[in-house]
Amino acid sequence: MSATYDAPDRRNLLDHMRQGVIGKPLDRPEGPLKVTGRAPYAAEYDLPRCAEGVLVGARVSNGRVTAIHRDEVSAMPGVLGVFADPAMLRRPAQGGAGKAPAQDVTQVDYKGQPVALVVAETFEQATAAAKALRIDYEDSSDSAHFDPDAAGVEPPKKPTDLGDLEAAMRDAPHHVDLIFRTEGHASAAMEPHAAIAAWDGGELTLHGSFQMVAYNVPELAASLGVDPARVRIVSPYVGGGFGSKLGISHDAVAAAVAARELGRPVRVVLTRQQVFESVIRRSETRQRLRLACDETGRLVGLGHEARVSNLPDEKFAEPVTQATKFLYAGDNRRLAVQVTRVARLTAGSVRAPGEAVGMQALEAAMDELAETAGIDPIALRKRNLPDKAPGEGIPFSSRTLVEALDRGAAAFGWDRRHARPCQTREGEWWIGMGVASAARVNMLAPAEARVRLHPDGRVEVESDQTDIGTGSYAILGQIAAEMLGSPIDRVTVALGDSRLPPGAGSGGSFGAASTGSAVLRACEAIRAELSSRLGVAAEELTLQDGLARGGNRSDTLVGLLGGDMLEETGRIEPGRTGKDYSQATYGAFFCEVAVNAFTAETRIRRMTGAFGFGRVLNAKTARSQCLGGMVWGIGSALTEALQFDLRDGHLVNHDLAGYHVPVHRDVPALDVILLEERDAVASPLQAKGVGELGICGAAGAVANAIYNACGVRPYRFPMTPDTLLDQMPDPF
Amino acid sequence: MREFTYSRAASLDQALGTHARPIAGATNLVDLMKLEVETPDALIDITRLDLSRIERAGDGVRIGALVPNADCAADPLIRRHWPVLSSAILAGASPQLRNKATTGGNLCQRTRCGYFTDLSTCCNKRTPGSGCDALKGVNHNHAILGTSDACIATYPGDMAVALAALDACVQIQGPDGMRQVPLREFHRLPGTAEAPDNVLQPGEIITAVTLPAPPPGRQIYRKVRERSSYAFALVSIAAVIKVESGLISHARLAFGGLAHKPWHDPAVEAALIGQPPGQAVFQRAADILLKDARGFGGNNFKIPLTRRTLAAVLIEATRD
Repeated sequence: MSATYDAPDRRNLLDHMRQGVIGKPLDRPEGPLKVTGRAPYAAEYDLPRCAEGVLVGARVSNGRVTAIHRDEVSAMPGVLGVFADPAMLRRPAQGGAGKAPAQDVTQVDYKGQPVALVVAETFEQATAAAKALRIDYEDSSDSAHFDPDAAGVEPPKKPTDLGDLEAAMRDAPHHVDLIFRTEGHASAAMEPHAAIAAWDGGELTLHGSFQMVAYNVPELAASLGVDPARVRIVSPYVGGGFGSKLGISHDAVAAAVAARELGRPVRVVLTRQQVFESVIRRSETRQRLRLACDETGRLVGLGHEARVSNLPDEKFAEPVTQATKFLYAGDNRRLAVQVTRVARLTAGSVRAPGEAVGMQALEAAMDELAETAGIDPIALRKRNLPDKAPGEGIPFSSRTLVEALDRGAAAFGWDRRHARPCQTREGEWWIGMGVASAARVNMLAPAEARVRLHPDGRVEVESDQTDIGTGSYAILGQIAAEMLGSPIDRVTVALGDSRLPPGAGSGGSFGAASTGSAVLRACEAIRAELSSRLGVAAEELTLQDGLARGGNRSDTLVGLLGGDMLEETGRIEPGRTGKDYSQATYGAFFCEVAVNAFTAETRIRRMTGAFGFGRVLNAKTARSQCLGGMVWGIGSALTEALQFDLRDGHLVNHDLAGYHVPVHRDVPALDVILLEERDAVASPLQAKGVGELGICGAAGAVANAIYNACGVRPYRFPMTPDTLLDQMPDPF
Repeated sequence: MREFTYSRAASLDQALGTHARPIAGATNLVDLMKLEVETPDALIDITRLDLSRIERAGDGVRIGALVPNADCAADPLIRRHWPVLSSAILAGASPQLRNKATTGGNLCQRTRCGYFTDLSTCCNKRTPGSGCDALKGVNHNHAILGTSDACIATYPGDMAVALAALDACVQIQGPDGMRQVPLREFHRLPGTAEAPDNVLQPGEIITAVTLPAPPPGRQIYRKVRERSSYAFALVSIAAVIKVESGLISHARLAFGGLAHKPWHDPAVEAALIGQPPGQAVFQRAADILLKDARGFGGNNFKIPLTRRTLAAVLIEATRD
């Protein structure tokens, strides 16, 4: 069977299996290890003679290092060396780069950029020396820009221009023309970026915290100038990534350089502040939304133009309009993303790049259009679902948006919403409800996985696929167990080691469906061998609880194996299914908020999300992904904002005290509805990605609920009290 | 972190008159030492001293300096007679921090200004004479009252705001004896660059906080913040208000998040006392409170926010 996924696999194989574990809300097999502290994270390996490295951040915002006064710290207790090797990273690698990112730390691109590594016997010694290390700079901050509003923009890449949007806006009976702003976000993963490097001859083993090992190996190898075959990355447990660990970061190369020089292992753990200041940010955005509709609510014009920022020479531009492209109809369209260059840390993928911030603005604009046109917001959305992807003319693979809106509305009690704002007041609080669509592009990524069926019936699954807390161990095991008729406790899954076959990695929500498809393919090959041994056609073979049946034959699995171990490697590559169809996941958010009439504080009271993402592989881990996404949505709506000093681009709120991720009290009980769906176009599993969907539009539902509560249209995210206060109605 | 010596005081006398910095819950000082914002060369651990009791003192109460915030908030006597103090403590930090943080240490916590804790920036509080990057920088949560060109940082705590409303006293032991400082005079305004946070002298230790008899009226602590827990106040108000025969007969108000100290303005209270509760009276109180308020760009919103929050608190406090 070709690895390239050119034609939809409509056999829906997993639905014909008998083991009954696929989709079940099984616990993570590694859960007990994690909650008892026995799952080692990157920095937690105890290597003999391991030295400790601490990175030093640049004190200027732009310029060049002219001198590092090593001699002043070399005699400090325990200090082993000060490194500023040309191989060390100025910026982290972008997701999927697979090559070395910007190196040479004598150049300073942004304040806080690592410029040196101090290594000592202990962490405290290294920290003390790093703080004491004096560095001279040639400061060229005067020629850099720090304020995205003040710097020029580059022409958009591949804008969409269809029809005449200006004319549509002018002629349509109803239109809105709005400017939204969103602030920058940090991934804020719980586990900081960390690496332990150990060389054995010319072989490097690096314990790190990564999302995409198969890409991180060549990134690391190229940075160090060594053969990728001589680099091993070990990353079995990852304490969250959210995009920030897609590519290698400063810690990995610095640790490897120092370890090579010192001839002993070196550990480098970024401080929380260094993670915030030097890894990856989501760009702030300025978005102009133009929507025009006829009397029936049919969109005739749709404009979504965004300005984002990044460092000079970075290709990544927050793809703000990614879902706008296919979500709603409208013949006259203009979509564009423009980049401005500022000396702030690298902008890159942070959870659901594009839709996370683009959808909230689009959905807030849709709500305003619905009001302007006097149409129910749900009806407006349903009225504008295109038959084919606008501009491309290709069909949708599957789309559960209508079902999500209907199911969500019923579960939430949407019919109790007042169409007009300021209708419900409870003491100091205005109460309101809002709705938003969810949408996120779906991708399949190249992946391999190996499956072994041992003579005693045990199953092993192996891939360098990572588990960043999402449930990869659980779902890959479930796929193998289902396909091979094995009780789940007879399946073991090994992940996150570059010696294993290259999985898709964890990014873009594609890990489960892609690497899972590779597991499925490997299992199919094993099933083919088993069916031949049983003497039945492959489609006749039933495997359940270690028994094989087919036609009128049956045997035990162990008997069929007859002492042999069967081993197969499955592969999947994206193919024509990715081009011939518009693939996305869909859903809907419903939210009830309370807005304090005096202080403009917003509290979420209830939130319901209904999501369709193809086959549910594990109802528990999938639900958790949706919950996590909605919590991100709440953060994006109400609290999360990177605060940069516009004079020098430095990040002022560079820790979890200053950067407000939602706390428990900000998050009420969330209701998640998983919609039943099979999308054979998306993958042989009929599954799509779920990781990011829960955030994509969530903040829009909050914004719309705020308007419904207190009559203030928010145009700035996060919607902190200061953004609403001056428009709040008289509280008395 | 710089090297430092650590010793443990077996008696109060041992802890007095030394240049070593006293340390109890260590929830703030050690964080700042890790950042090298604070670089004491000696710490003296006072946690073994007998300062952990809450006891009646006449009609009032004496809260030992080492009483953990969590214990103080949960104390039945405090909850019954000084509930605003309990509410204020529970509005701050997290349960873990409140378990460790102490009454005396809480009073001495330092500002959370992002420039104060970042060695790569200018901060007069950290390095006198270096300037104040917050003045024209990110000053979203900075002070609007009592500021100076040297510093616009806020005092970050909640507990002390309630204590200011309750007219608490700080008992301070020094090598030469004990002195009492009204809580409202304990913290200082920034003034010139070198001004310390409070009036505590090197070698002195806070031994207790005392509260006079429970004040009459309703007690409220209201904290406005951007997330609903574990965030510093944009503005907070501790209020003790009594209404008799349709007139406000007693009013004590203190404000957090607005200044370098818990803000107390007797003129605001005077504007309320003897008046019937109502919008006009509340607005006038706000006018008095905010007459010298000054925003620095990012924090301009605090002026209307404070006005509106004060109205909300006074409505709640004077409701039948």
